[in-house]
Amino acid sequence: MAKIEVLTGTGAAAYAAKLARVEVVPAYPITPQSATVEYIASMIADGELDAEYVEVESENTAMSICQGASIAGCRVFTATSSVGLAYMHSPVWHAASLRLPIVMAIANRAIGIASLWCDHSDAIELRDTGWMQFYAENNQEILDTIIQAYRIAEDKRILLPAMVNFDGFYLSHLADSLEIPDQDAVDEFLPRYKPDHVYLDPDRPIRYGGLATPEDFTEYRYKQHEGLESAKSVITEVGEAYGKAFGRKYGLLDEYRVGDAEAVLVTIGSMTGTARAVVDKLRAEGKSVGLVKLRTYRPFPAEALRSLLAGKRAVGVVERSISAGSWGSAFSEVRAALYDMPERPIVLGFVVGLGGRDVRLEDLEKAARKTFEARERRQDEKMEWVQVRL
Amino acid sequence: MSRVFKELYTPEESVAPGFSTCPGCAMPIIYRHAINVLGKNTVSVHAAGCAAAMATVTRVSATSSLFENAASFAAGIKIGLTKKGRDMNVLAFIGDGGTVDIGLQALSGAAERGDPIIYICYDNEAYMNTGIQRSSSTTMGAWTSTTPVGRVKRGKGRPPKDVPLIMADHRVAYVATASVAYLQDFARKVKKAAEVTQKGEGMAYLHVNSPCPTGWGFPTEKVVEVARLAVQTGMWPLYEVDHGVFRITQAVKERKPVAEYLRVQRRFRHLAEEEIKKVQSYVDANCLRIEGLQGQTK
Repeated sequence: MAKIEVLTGTGAAAYAAKLARVEVVPAYPITPQSATVEYIASMIADGELDAEYVEVESENTAMSICQGASIAGCRVFTATSSVGLAYMHSPVWHAASLRLPIVMAIANRAIGIASLWCDHSDAIELRDTGWMQFYAENNQEILDTIIQAYRIAEDKRILLPAMVNFDGFYLSHLADSLEIPDQDAVDEFLPRYKPDHVYLDPDRPIRYGGLATPEDFTEYRYKQHEGLESAKSVITEVGEAYGKAFGRKYGLLDEYRVGDAEAVLVTIGSMTGTARAVVDKLRAEGKSVGLVKLRTYRPFPAEALRSLLAGKRAVGVVERSISAGSWGSAFSEVRAALYDMPERPIVLGFVVGLGGRDVRLEDLEKAARKTFEARERRQDEKMEWVQVRL
Repeated sequence: MSRVFKELYTPEESVAPGFSTCPGCAMPIIYRHAINVLGKNTVSVHAAGCAAAMATVTRVSATSSLFENAASFAAGIKIGLTKKGRDMNVLAFIGDGGTVDIGLQALSGAAERGDPIIYICYDNEAYMNTGIQRSSSTTMGAWTSTTPVGRVKRGKGRPPKDVPLIMADHRVAYVATASVAYLQDFARKVKKAAEVTQKGEGMAYLHVNSPCPTGWGFPTEKVVEVARLAVQTGMWPLYEVDHGVFRITQAVKERKPVAEYLRVQRRFRHLAEEEIKKVQSYVDANCLRIEGLQGQTK
């Protein structure tokens, strides 16, 4: 029987790693992730988890050990945030090129001028690396997604690493009650990792990794891209299987009152809960507003968005990141995804909550009203910064 | 083959012919002798650098790390294999740039944790693969493409970083310096490295002088001679630190003047008498320091 536990986001991530029976966990502390690996270190110290905790001197080493141990056939896990993620930048690229199904939890935190608080810039900047990127809305999703992420990443059709993102402090440090699946059921859902694309056998020596010449490099990237494209159906398939096994179904997107909506907000992460309340408020006024949550940013669910948003009049993308000198990253990708539709909706962009600024009910309400009003117009407006002091 | 080599080497030859290094390079000699001691039950980790060329001819499983993370990448493989209950040698084979500069942090971490890998640094005293740029292992006074000799500047101004002793101060299981001119000594040290790591006693770190005809400027057939001169002049002391106990493994009774070593290499040809004296006093002081460590426990 599944049990109920009260866990913070970091606790949920650690619990998921334990349920996934990870074997090697190299980790370096950084706010707001640190408690994740502290929990894991305690589980190992208490004999609750049979894994090797590797006390590393940096995030670069954490990701490097992940790769080595994964090559040796182990299921590995680590966690980081912000500049820690940046400090492992080159091994992050390398992990995806080596097709190693590493799962990494990221308690999202701003990057640039020192900030301890949440936004998504730390992970978004790594969108081109070949990693899958999941974003959790709440602590239950953190736990469920990490378990699913291993099954997806280790799927022979994919073999790519995955980041499971959750909002720093909003999720990492706030406790919620979670349904914890039974270990036996998780074991059945997620069998042991048995790689056959990489092995270290003295009688069958291989050359793994190395220099890709111009004759091969394009194919490396093509195959990686192909893996991420295949991930779209595998993520859906695994999300459905998870639903059957544990009662909570997942996909690339999550929708709320979209059916008859004329205007739709698109959100990522923990702000989605607030956005639901806004949708209800506007619905009570008779305004047909709906909500789509992006659960994955890589692969980007373009087709799923197109089919869900067909016939809509306006879309407002609200996000905790900005690609400086361009637009919000999700905004530009949603626009690009919808561009080919014969009758595409107007797409508005709202940059909110950078560096831990609260995304308030009134901010999302303003965005929702603007989007709803824009449904009558045919011309897109430029992206807007919410709550910016000028 | 001498009796010593026969005893130390595994029966199979673990390097295929046809590697693509410059003629006269010492690095393939170092790699081949190391891997033939370790044998096929070995995973070979190569970072960016000249030794990447050996990954294509080695007959053992070879993986490629990045430039900065050879030690941690190799440590990850070893930790993973151990977790899976498997016993294989893990050899990290990296140049000086990847060891004493950009890889030092990862190396220090693995050493402090006691990860039982065999780490061999082949030290050609500059970034040779990218075109002879200085590293912190470059000898004092040497020309490199980033320490050029001009009207104002005259080569590298500072002595090299002493990474073998820094590693010994991490209290790793085994540290040794070695030379291609003393291959039996090197093979014995590789054997010890294999033993201490197989027993799980911690890291074994070997630092091997790797003369580079291309970067140092000497005729390709002189590689072993240059390596021998480095030892005989005191430029390259041979020692080991076995479980903390320091021992000179090749005593040099009468050191030759360093000028004999410097004069056969184009990278030092700009050095005037005064500058050679400066290098000589550095070497004298360093040899005194090393001799003072004899028999000590680090």
